[in-house]
Amino acid sequence: MMRYRMAVFSRALAAILGGYALASAAAACLAVWLPMGRADAVTTAQMLSFVVYACGVIWVFATRNAWRAWGGILVPTLLLGGLFLAGRAMGAA
Amino acid sequence: MKAGKVKAQGEEGLRQSMSWLHTWAGLIFGWVLFAMFLTGSLAFFRPEITHWMQPEIQVKPAPAVQSVEVAQRYLAEHAPDAKRWFITPPSNREPLILLLYQAPKPKPGERGFVRVKLDPANGQAVTGRETRGGDFFYRFHFELETAFPWGRWLASIAGMFMLVAIISGIITHKKIFTDFFTFRPRKGGQRAWMDGHNVLSVLGLPFHLMITFSGLVLFMVMLMPAGIKAVYENPRQYTDDVFKSFKVTPPLNQPAPLIQIAPLVEQAQQQWQGRVGRVTVNNPGDAGATVTLTRASSDAVSYGVLAPWKRFDGVTGKLLEGQDTLGATASTAGTITGLHLGLFAEPLLRWFYFLVSLAGTGMVGTGLVLWIAKRRQKARPQDTREAFSLRLVDGLNAGTIAGVVFGVAAFFLANRLLPVDLPGRQLWESRAFFSAWALSLVYAFLFQHRKWQDLLAIAAAALALVPVVNALTTSRHLGVSLPEGDWVMAGFDLTCLASAVLFAWMSRKAARARRLPAKAPAKAPAQASIKAPAKASTKAAAAASPAQAAPNAAVYEPRGDTP
Repeated sequence: MMRYRMAVFSRALAAILGGYALASAAAACLAVWLPMGRADAVTTAQMLSFVVYACGVIWVFATRNAWRAWGGILVPTLLLGGLFLAGRAMGAA
Repeated sequence: MKAGKVKAQGEEGLRQSMSWLHTWAGLIFGWVLFAMFLTGSLAFFRPEITHWMQPEIQVKPAPAVQSVEVAQRYLAEHAPDAKRWFITPPSNREPLILLLYQAPKPKPGERGFVRVKLDPANGQAVTGRETRGGDFFYRFHFELETAFPWGRWLASIAGMFMLVAIISGIITHKKIFTDFFTFRPRKGGQRAWMDGHNVLSVLGLPFHLMITFSGLVLFMVMLMPAGIKAVYENPRQYTDDVFKSFKVTPPLNQPAPLIQIAPLVEQAQQQWQGRVGRVTVNNPGDAGATVTLTRASSDAVSYGVLAPWKRFDGVTGKLLEGQDTLGATASTAGTITGLHLGLFAEPLLRWFYFLVSLAGTGMVGTGLVLWIAKRRQKARPQDTREAFSLRLVDGLNAGTIAGVVFGVAAFFLANRLLPVDLPGRQLWESRAFFSAWALSLVYAFLFQHRKWQDLLAIAAAALALVPVVNALTTSRHLGVSLPEGDWVMAGFDLTCLASAVLFAWMSRKAARARRLPAKAPAKAPAQASIKAPAKASTKAAAAASPAQAAPNAAVYEPRGDTP
């Protein structure tokens, strides 16, 4: 029972906090990379970020084990975060 | 509870884990969501409710051009030093001119905004009884009467849970189309509730998805700052970029007379072939004055938040800048948020909005009841912790589903019964709402067995009293409003009566379901009595009642409180 609870807690954490991090990374990445005006890119990025958030949560609870749940959130978050940083560095240069 | 998600394998596993997610994501904020859905449904009739709540105000709307002239005359006399003026000309739904101005030197800690309502016919300020009117429901819907910004965050988090609950619910019901046509009231109990829940959910699914997603989009600047921070120094620059018509222009600190605004309004309306919905004057009486005209949000779906606008020099009347059309992204975002606000909806469509939104309220309500119905069947008699959680959820269900409706009725009753000159009157109206809700919760936990039957009856009685008290305290009751064709007043009273009938009927069903098992301890009679209430939930949504949740005890009450 305790183990079951920890597993649920871990996934809830991955879904709520991890999902938010993923959505934020997606928003930042899209805001930098979308080929639109600055304000339009931000608007589009933010609207899509909620879709990303929802998909992230579904993934966390749909997948087989906790490793895949966390990995499926963290890897794309880092990837999108990296793309955002790269995009910003290029934009600044 | 152990029917968990852990061993998810293949498609069955996916559906099982999504079912788990649907159950819990829906439950945690279920009561908040129920209140949000119900008050949000009422907020579609925000000006009409305000109208009912200030029956002493009877005004006829006037054209925008004439009204702006009246408003300018009033503001020049009463607020010549204000930093900004906002004028909202009358519309079909709101016959008064709404004025808002920012006083030059507000008291410390205040923003110094003053609100005035003008009668367009004579330019006099109109004062009705002090009330928040429909604004109360509108504000509560997204702020939950909690301090800024916490209420908005809480409401948004609840909204995110709703979005997850909807998506996981869709995945769970892979046969969503067939399920829609499956209604098995005779199977009773959990099946009937399940089918009722499915019908309410699938019926309005596009609406439920739209309203949940767009609700998040409305607050995305607050909720998702990462996108803005990625390319802007601060969020202010982004909002200035998007909401250009709200830009605050600086004064030049030289006095200069303000141009007549009405001709500008006439010119803009002709060019747009539409209505001016708001006039903003920055620095009136200063050489740096600007006049900004914004098109009415009811002119198109996408104008809810972002509408075309024009800015003029406030002294010479020269056109400075403006947008007659909005870009693709702004139109998309505008359509999403505009659909949520529903300001474009004409009466018939607005009623559809109201009804499908009530179906959403019913979806949340039946979902909450279903949580219990499912568990009651499997509950083990010795498990005290499970008994506790069942009692807790059941109490919260009864106290909220019937309690919020009772609260709404108490709010309306307080509006009629409180003395007109009571200081802080509008506070007492809100207190009536929250006290009624709180008392219902207390009652639900004190009287475990009677709670559904009694609370539903109380809600029904309170709703039925609204038109009665209206008739006793005003001269605009059904006997007058119906012959006159005053559909705002009459529609309000009739909706209250329809809801009262519905709740009285549900209360009777709950009472019968409670009595039956005493005669026949078998499960069968209790289940037989289910069919009607579950069907009620769907019909209720189709009826014009602000309270159709079908929160019926029938399913599980017969089995007692301690499983």
